[in-house]
Amino acid sequence: MNKIVNDFSITVGTKNGSGSSTANNTILRSIFKMGIPVSGKNLFPSNIQGLPTWYTIRVNKDGFIARQDTNDIVIAINPDSFTRDLASVTPGGAFFYSDDIRQPVTRVDISIYPMPIKTIVKNDPNVPTDFRDLVGNMVYVGVLAQMINMDLDKILAALTFHFKGKQKPIDMNFNALKAGAEWAKTNLEKKDPFQLEPMDKTDGLIMADGNTAAALGTIFGGIQFAGWYPITPASSLAEALNDYLPVLRKREDGKHTYAIVQAEDELAALGMAIGAGWAGLRSMTSTSGPGLSLMTEFAGLAYYAEVPVVIWDVQRIGPSTGLPTRTSQGDLTFTYFIGHGDSHSIILLPGDVSECFDFGWQSFDIAERVQTPVFVLSDLDMGMNQWMSKPFNYPEVPMDRGKILSEKDLEEIKGNWGRYLDKDGDGIPYRTIPGNKHPMSAYFTRGTGHDEHAKYTEDSDAYIRNMERLKKKHYQAVKFMPKPVSHPLKGATVGILAYGSTENAVLEAQHLLEKEDGIKADFLRVRAIPFTEEVTQFIEKYDQVFVVEMNRDGQMRQILLIEYPQFAMKLKLVAYHDGLPASAKWVREGILAKYEKVISDQKSVVSAKKVSAKKMTKKTAADKTVKKTKRK
Amino acid sequence: MAEALPMAGAPMNVNLAGLTKNDYRGAPSTLCQGCGHNSISNQIITALYEMNTVPEDVMKFSGIGCSSKSPAYFLNRTFGFNSLHGRMPSIATGALFANTQMRGIGISGDGDTASIGMGQFKHIMRRNVNMVYIVENNGVYGLTKGQFSATAEKGLQLKHQGENPYMPVDICMEALVSNATFVARSFAGNSRQVKELLKAALAHDGIAVLDIISPCVTFNNQENAFHSYAWGKDHEEPLHEISYIAPRNEIILEREMEDGEIREVAMHDGSTVILKNLERGYDPTNRYEALRVMEESQRNNWLVTGLLYVNTTKPNLTSIYELVDTPLNRLTEADLRPERAMIDKINALMF
Repeated sequence: MNKIVNDFSITVGTKNGSGSSTANNTILRSIFKMGIPVSGKNLFPSNIQGLPTWYTIRVNKDGFIARQDTNDIVIAINPDSFTRDLASVTPGGAFFYSDDIRQPVTRVDISIYPMPIKTIVKNDPNVPTDFRDLVGNMVYVGVLAQMINMDLDKILAALTFHFKGKQKPIDMNFNALKAGAEWAKTNLEKKDPFQLEPMDKTDGLIMADGNTAAALGTIFGGIQFAGWYPITPASSLAEALNDYLPVLRKREDGKHTYAIVQAEDELAALGMAIGAGWAGLRSMTSTSGPGLSLMTEFAGLAYYAEVPVVIWDVQRIGPSTGLPTRTSQGDLTFTYFIGHGDSHSIILLPGDVSECFDFGWQSFDIAERVQTPVFVLSDLDMGMNQWMSKPFNYPEVPMDRGKILSEKDLEEIKGNWGRYLDKDGDGIPYRTIPGNKHPMSAYFTRGTGHDEHAKYTEDSDAYIRNMERLKKKHYQAVKFMPKPVSHPLKGATVGILAYGSTENAVLEAQHLLEKEDGIKADFLRVRAIPFTEEVTQFIEKYDQVFVVEMNRDGQMRQILLIEYPQFAMKLKLVAYHDGLPASAKWVREGILAKYEKVISDQKSVVSAKKVSAKKMTKKTAADKTVKKTKRK
Repeated sequence: MAEALPMAGAPMNVNLAGLTKNDYRGAPSTLCQGCGHNSISNQIITALYEMNTVPEDVMKFSGIGCSSKSPAYFLNRTFGFNSLHGRMPSIATGALFANTQMRGIGISGDGDTASIGMGQFKHIMRRNVNMVYIVENNGVYGLTKGQFSATAEKGLQLKHQGENPYMPVDICMEALVSNATFVARSFAGNSRQVKELLKAALAHDGIAVLDIISPCVTFNNQENAFHSYAWGKDHEEPLHEISYIAPRNEIILEREMEDGEIREVAMHDGSTVILKNLERGYDPTNRYEALRVMEESQRNNWLVTGLLYVNTTKPNLTSIYELVDTPLNRLTEADLRPERAMIDKINALMF
């Protein structure tokens, strides 16, 4: 039998709320500690207990760790999803299941491993009755460990981390795990090809989730205020603030330099954050789509009144309540134009966990420098799942508090200033903050029409001047935006433009397109709007630029079309949205469906669609149908 | 504006902060002449002047509506935030964290508080944010030309709205059941009481609600019931076509009320409001008693004015957070950014 080493996927099917996340994270962390590139994604329902939930792990020696559409190893613990789980195993794959599930195992093209989980736990006198289900999860980890060669020492390290060194739960879980491994050693014969072998490819890396990383970033950015309201998948960001602030900003006098307030709703969450930002605090909120909808009114106020504030949107699928526990890049267009009237937002787009950290502090600098709301759009996949990551880097630049006039400054200019005067020609005015003792410091902030001195006005000229300055400010702010990340390929003839958490899938698709389809693609990952000149240059360079994103309508492409009407014909829509993290398969197939091969001497265009038609899945075919209908 | 500016050459009175009353004034009011809101603005000016509060030590807030425009008409030297309809509480809550030594004054209306802003109103009560929350209550939407508000009494007739079919919201009652720590009601025409309650509210540590009945001279009229007020020749015009607002005098009580007295006060439109001063010996620290008195006044159609409830034992919001002595908005990078060594510790804390 041929071995397949460090290149496969594992999916565990359990019930929501059954405590399997400890077990699944243990698998993930153990493989990570073995030095093998790995990712783990929790595909869970909006439910506290009972509904089917899956955890899918991708192991890949070459570092391609996007979610895989196929399941090489499936562990079935949930009777409700048993049939579906069994059907999902790739031919030649392995199927582990809890042997108390009395359902027919009909497949002969895969290796089948029943596991007596309940019996093993029952026979362990050290496991209290109440804990049998929880600890039972560890038995399947043990069986799997034995069958694919997971290192028991690394497993112990993972459990020790998970239980924060508490010996009792560590022992109980590890013993169950060892019992599972022992049982498998004696009773199971290895028939499948999947094996782990230690590598050194995760050396120096850490494992963290994006919400924690974001919270830590904001702490290193000097956060002083957050107003927030619970919502999946953003809650853990604010909760991480509550966890880490007392550690990282601990003072000898026990007093605090920050306040985190759980508001009554998202309106108040952003309202509080704007109040604090207006009053000179580094202030933020964190939410997801439905919350952002509620924040729209306040976002418009902050834009027009020019109040610095940072808004994290950990995206989930809309419209409306949508699929509350599924990932998405569906809030981009909405965020860009958020609020009624003319507006456009500054948007940062972190692509991985370490960028969540970086944008955590950078977003404050930008918000205070530009005096405007800064939106940071991550997503459920990045926010809630554990990702391999570079370690977090200490901010190498001092904080930028922007243009603030102190008492001394006002004295020097004899109080001669206007809150909305474009003194420097960059559209960014000077501001003062409450508590300034200078008698000329105060001004009246409003969402109604105002002149350069913050006085109420409905004067047409003053309105136009203000709106033009706001536009100027937006585009001048491009110099503070993080530049895109480039993944070039020598001899590339087409471009792929993407953003956020799809990077791993796109990198793998870029590799496959070259290897399997002979298409060399340059890849640019955009990290901010307004677009920097690198984005312009990238689109200019290629006749075809595939804009890859996780939504239905191609929202990044919509914004690109507005900003670059001259490039409209070359921007190809590769948008797909089913709530699951991006896979290389749909990125590649999506690109192939839109790819037009140029035969230079005849100047005719041959569609690659014919070539790859067989490979196309239902979804790209459906996408094509929609397009045809539209053309009619 | 009720109070004339001092004449040139007249002696300027300076308070203990070294400021004249002019230092507390705002821009000229654009509200209707005779509007009770202007009278309240004047009492805020007077109260702060008499309390020797430096204008720079105050932040003023408002939502949207006629009342919410009024912070522009007092305290020019004070930072102000005219926010969104019904959202003043959240703006104030966040802003007041920046410097806990500063006083907050919020101006809202009955629409701003009891309708669109009811949620935020209730929550700023339970959080005990350290500020004065004034509701300039006229039972009507003025800026949109005369619709019923949630505090309008059932059965009230308005020209284009007909009869109000709903029961009213009692702002003081709502404040009290939401655990407000200072609840008072007054009447804009009762200047002295407004001023005295303002001073008490400003002195209170925590949320202080002042529900001030402030008649709308333009829209809350009951002309089909009372015709004692001359409307001039515009009388027959539909209200939304009114472009000229006839000047009227402010409503001022002829004499101060005695404790426990019940009195009917004529409104601009000839309707009456019954004022009842609280009984001598009333204990405003007794929440149960406050609720009883409010219930009683509702049943009797009285407008109870005065300090209904005060509780000085509850900590205000920011004190719960045990903040550093330096105002948060004066902290620098050295106070806010963890040391470089902490980044390694944090990375070690990750797996």
